[in-house]
Amino acid sequence: MSDSPVRHVSLRSGVYADSVRLMQVSREIGDRPGVHTVVVAMATPLNLELAAGMGLAPDGEAKPDQLLIALTAADDAELAAAVAAVDAALTARADRGEAQTIPARTIGAGLDGADDPALAIISVPGPYAVAEAADAIAAGRSVLIFSDGVPVEHEVALKRAAHDAGVLVMGPDCGTAIVSGLALGFANVVRRGPVGLVAASGTGAQQVSCLLDAAGVGVSHVLGVGGRDLSEAVGGLATLDALAALDADPATERVLLVSKPPAPAVAARVQEVAAGLSVPVRSAALSPEQPDLTAAVEALLGDLGVAVPEWPSRPGTAAAVPAGAVLKGFYSGGTLADETMLIAAPALGDIRSNTPLRPELDLGTDLRATGHVVVDFGDDALTVGRAHPMIDPTLRLEAIAGLAESGEPAVLLLDVVLGHGADPDPAVALVPALRSAGLPTVVALVGTEADPQCWSRQADALAEAGAAVFASNAAATRHALSLIGDGHE
Amino acid sequence: MSEPLGGLLSAPPSIVAAGVEVFSTALRQQGASVTDVDWRPPGFGNPDDLTQLALDPRRAAANRVAVERVLAAGSLLVDVRPAREVLDLPDRMLLHSGPPLTWETASGPMRGALIGACVFEGWATDVADAERILAAGEITLDPCHHHRTVGPMAGVTSPSMWMWCLEDPANGGQAWCNLNEGLGKVLRMGAYNDEVLTRLAWMRDVLGPVLQRAVRSRPEPLDVKAILAQMLQMGDEGHNRNRAGSLMALRELSPSIVGVDAPAQDIAEVLRFIGGNEHFYLNLGMPTAKLAMDAARDVPGSTMVTVLSRNGTEFGIQTAGTGDRWFTAPANTPVGLYLGDYGPEDANPDIGDSAIMEAYGVGGFSMAAAPAIVRFVGGTVPDALATTERMYQLTLAENPAMQIPIMGFRGSPTGIDVLQVARTGWLPQINTGMAGRVAGTGQVGAGLVQPPQACFEQALAALAQESRAAS
Repeated sequence: MSDSPVRHVSLRSGVYADSVRLMQVSREIGDRPGVHTVVVAMATPLNLELAAGMGLAPDGEAKPDQLLIALTAADDAELAAAVAAVDAALTARADRGEAQTIPARTIGAGLDGADDPALAIISVPGPYAVAEAADAIAAGRSVLIFSDGVPVEHEVALKRAAHDAGVLVMGPDCGTAIVSGLALGFANVVRRGPVGLVAASGTGAQQVSCLLDAAGVGVSHVLGVGGRDLSEAVGGLATLDALAALDADPATERVLLVSKPPAPAVAARVQEVAAGLSVPVRSAALSPEQPDLTAAVEALLGDLGVAVPEWPSRPGTAAAVPAGAVLKGFYSGGTLADETMLIAAPALGDIRSNTPLRPELDLGTDLRATGHVVVDFGDDALTVGRAHPMIDPTLRLEAIAGLAESGEPAVLLLDVVLGHGADPDPAVALVPALRSAGLPTVVALVGTEADPQCWSRQADALAEAGAAVFASNAAATRHALSLIGDGHE
Repeated sequence: MSEPLGGLLSAPPSIVAAGVEVFSTALRQQGASVTDVDWRPPGFGNPDDLTQLALDPRRAAANRVAVERVLAAGSLLVDVRPAREVLDLPDRMLLHSGPPLTWETASGPMRGALIGACVFEGWATDVADAERILAAGEITLDPCHHHRTVGPMAGVTSPSMWMWCLEDPANGGQAWCNLNEGLGKVLRMGAYNDEVLTRLAWMRDVLGPVLQRAVRSRPEPLDVKAILAQMLQMGDEGHNRNRAGSLMALRELSPSIVGVDAPAQDIAEVLRFIGGNEHFYLNLGMPTAKLAMDAARDVPGSTMVTVLSRNGTEFGIQTAGTGDRWFTAPANTPVGLYLGDYGPEDANPDIGDSAIMEAYGVGGFSMAAAPAIVRFVGGTVPDALATTERMYQLTLAENPAMQIPIMGFRGSPTGIDVLQVARTGWLPQINTGMAGRVAGTGQVGAGLVQPPQACFEQALAALAQESRAAS
């Protein structure tokens, strides 16, 4: 390496490459280990000056349409190799690269060019759901917000904007909808038909649509509105818009409104608006006076002139009910848990719960409290950091085992919700757990024959394990009460 | 009567989903058309700020107003006049690119250009004298942007420099820019040797007067925007590649230049100078973009960027919703290719008002129109397409006047939305020249660069604050 560097300076005619390409070639050659300096450039005055500054000026007159190749290298071999590499680089075909598409990063970009009708579905973390939903509204599209954790004032703002834009916000915390036959989130495979549901409750809508299906009546749409829509704060904004949309929908002949207990003033306002619509609207909003979704379905069937069928059930082979048995309702569906408490309370008195009918009945965090207890395992507080119990049964199975270990005399009442999004075969985990617990058990099995899990296959498996199984949660609850009554005798 | 909910109840909808994938899987099993958004948490920004802006009822309409003004703006070349006249630029005042700066904070090429301008104007006898008066604060410095003016690279504009005078017939605006000196050792790149000063004097004494008479003699003003639209169809992107545009400007101006009553050798020298400068058009394109972006100023509630600009030390941005307030942060250094044996260590941080082109939706945003540019960073043609695809997700509109052939003649992505920048985490793409870090060096290369994220973080917070105050 003690030798002084050798140099090559030449001019070529009839060769052209643009300056970007030539700068690229210069860098490529300059990166070779034996090469010290390099200029590969058209022989413009500027480039000649640069080359001269590096001691690489060509001899004789250069013209701007000539290619200047000037370099210094450690030795002759390196120099020759470098000059050859310049030739190779100048004739190399550029890699055309792989074609790539850039996926949309926002709902707004995703909706750009989407086929209409289009619907946005958002299940990103709550703090970020609002911007995505606002994109959909701005694009004139309805949106289903599965995310929870959206502040109520943001829900109100979104729903006001949606109303102004003539679109619907389903949610936040909306888990269930069926739109033009497409099941979104947790929804069952039900036949299509004349009944439109407006649902502030997911499992309530599933119960109602499945019973209608069992009676041979289909739904036009199930429009979820989010559990808070009928609260004082939200004032039924989406419910009113959903009612108006169904009123204008030729496929919808009757509407059933499904909800947990609503704020009375909001319920009155909704009722007033509903009375002014051309489509008949019946309310199945739960209350102590109207505690029973099945009864609401039966009344609707009466409106339609359809006979009420015998709701599907399996008798089971229940273990003997011990004296003094209490009710232990372990639910995945919040509305079904509410319905159970409303139906059972007159017979049993106070029922403690993590989602109690009255605040003083709050269980707090003690899910193993003794006495009559109904737990909603789907409550937000119990789903932090884990999947919904309709997907992940772990927490509920632990509670069943714990109940059996405790020795407290009890009748176990469960809901099992089938359909899209739910556990593909809930009996697989539940049957051994029930067998091992050996408790008298009643199951409200919400689903249809057409569901991926198949109602009767699940019912047979659960009955085989000893459970009494009912398609109606109200019927299941009453059966559980009758078992407790028998135990008292 | 229109169908309820936009036809949602009439046919199964196509689904666009962001978040948990299990829902999309279940929907596909039902035969639905599902587009999964590649959602991720925002690149920056307080979630409360993002939500505040997302829900601001003014935003959609304000952004529409802002971007429609941008799209509507035209650009006519009406005159060529000295800065002293057109800007009322007094002696001992120099304009520069980017957000405000001081001599103390100025980078090498900015100092070089300021020194050169002081000598050129005769305010200093030599370089040392110029440095002395600049350091003593005897020269007032002010951003071009504060004077409806833009300048490439250092952007230093002094009273004796001739300015392109452009007007927007749609909004009535005016914008100005000095004349491009060419490549290599030039004032705007921080060079100030005799060659630079000699050229500036010739531009002052010959080029400017000839261009003034030529422009004034045209039967109709030159439509500068129309040239930009044509360039995008000819392999230019209007920032780092202006070859076709410069030739078209030459073609349009030549008859009038030849018709000027001046010595034949002056006319020949003017034509040779213009024809030899492939960035001649840049100084016409920039005020064209400036006219459009200024038209969108002061639209309360708008989150659209009106200025992207750098002074060699800091990058600064402004938005339509926050007036002339600057949001600044230290400028990044471009990545690219170098002239001669210059290398990365020779390059100064990002400099120049020319990023106004990207604010307008051309330059890096229309990279797909000029695939040659991505080779500055060893990229491929698909990289150029991907860059433009990404920029569509940052912008409010597609400019129907600026079509990109390879994108199916889709309009250029126009009107950067600060909210979209935050949500996607993608920063605007800028194509740029590179000045030497040391004063007096001149150009060392060209390449690609992005603004610092901090500018957008500040703008987002300020927009959210303004939104809260207005609600």
